[in-house]
Amino acid sequence: MAADPLSRVFSALADPTRRDIVARLAVGDAGVNELAAPYDVTVQAVSRHLRVLEDAGLVSRSREAQRRPVHLEAEVFDLMTTWIERYRRQAEERYRRLDDVLRDMPDRPAPHPPAGDALPPEGPPS
Amino acid sequence: MTSTTHREARITADPDVPLIRIEREFDFPRDKVFRAHTDPDLFVQWVGPRDLTMMIDHYDCRTGGSYRYIHSRDGEEYGFHGSFHEVRPDELIVQTFTFEGFPDGVALEKLVLEDLGNGRTRLTATSLCDSFADRDGMLASGMDVGVHEGYAKLDELLAEG
Repeated sequence: MAADPLSRVFSALADPTRRDIVARLAVGDAGVNELAAPYDVTVQAVSRHLRVLEDAGLVSRSREAQRRPVHLEAEVFDLMTTWIERYRRQAEERYRRLDDVLRDMPDRPAPHPPAGDALPPEGPPS
Repeated sequence: MTSTTHREARITADPDVPLIRIEREFDFPRDKVFRAHTDPDLFVQWVGPRDLTMMIDHYDCRTGGSYRYIHSRDGEEYGFHGSFHEVRPDELIVQTFTFEGFPDGVALEKLVLEDLGNGRTRLTATSLCDSFADRDGMLASGMDVGVHEGYAKLDELLAEG
């Protein structure tokens, strides 16, 4: 079945032509013919790219206007940016805990049993 | 976009391959940073998210070794396991990583430590996932936040469009 929404977004953006289309739509809405102009491909090929972008929710096309301009759905990008930033913040929090561990570490390793015999901790650190 | 604080973690989500890269600098020498990754007693102190309980099943950080640990919260358990493919003191750890909730998925993780001089170290951690779907799931979940919360929001957004 269809991949989950975010995967559709990322795989839609894995193609350089589609990334280029998205970059141009960031400037403003455009029709299919306008979008196809700079590429050495058919309008049909560009339409196929647009369908992938549309399925991923990255762009929408107006139903009313004759030329059906393509519009970039910027909120999807905001959401991805949010997720990536949240992931980064979690990494930063983890590495701040590592800073604390490093601060308390002795300069030489304490005698330690061979790695194969490493014991699990008694319970969670509180 | 880079952060303004001189050594806050920086992240890159590669658009061409399903990869996440995190870079971070430490005011501590390389051997300590390395040891904090290989010694299970130290590792357990920092790797788990604060709101989860971290329990190590086994952790044999040497070339050819393996590991398994469990995060738990409110009776729910999330297991992770993998193998250490290359462990080179103070420099490099190459390992696999599987979230047991998706046992067929596996990421190849590489940890590189660089000596910046003056007792400082740059850490670069990359996760190369199986597919964009896996990578994005990892990003969206933030590892310790429900995937569904994130996806539900996107579903809503897409439904509106």
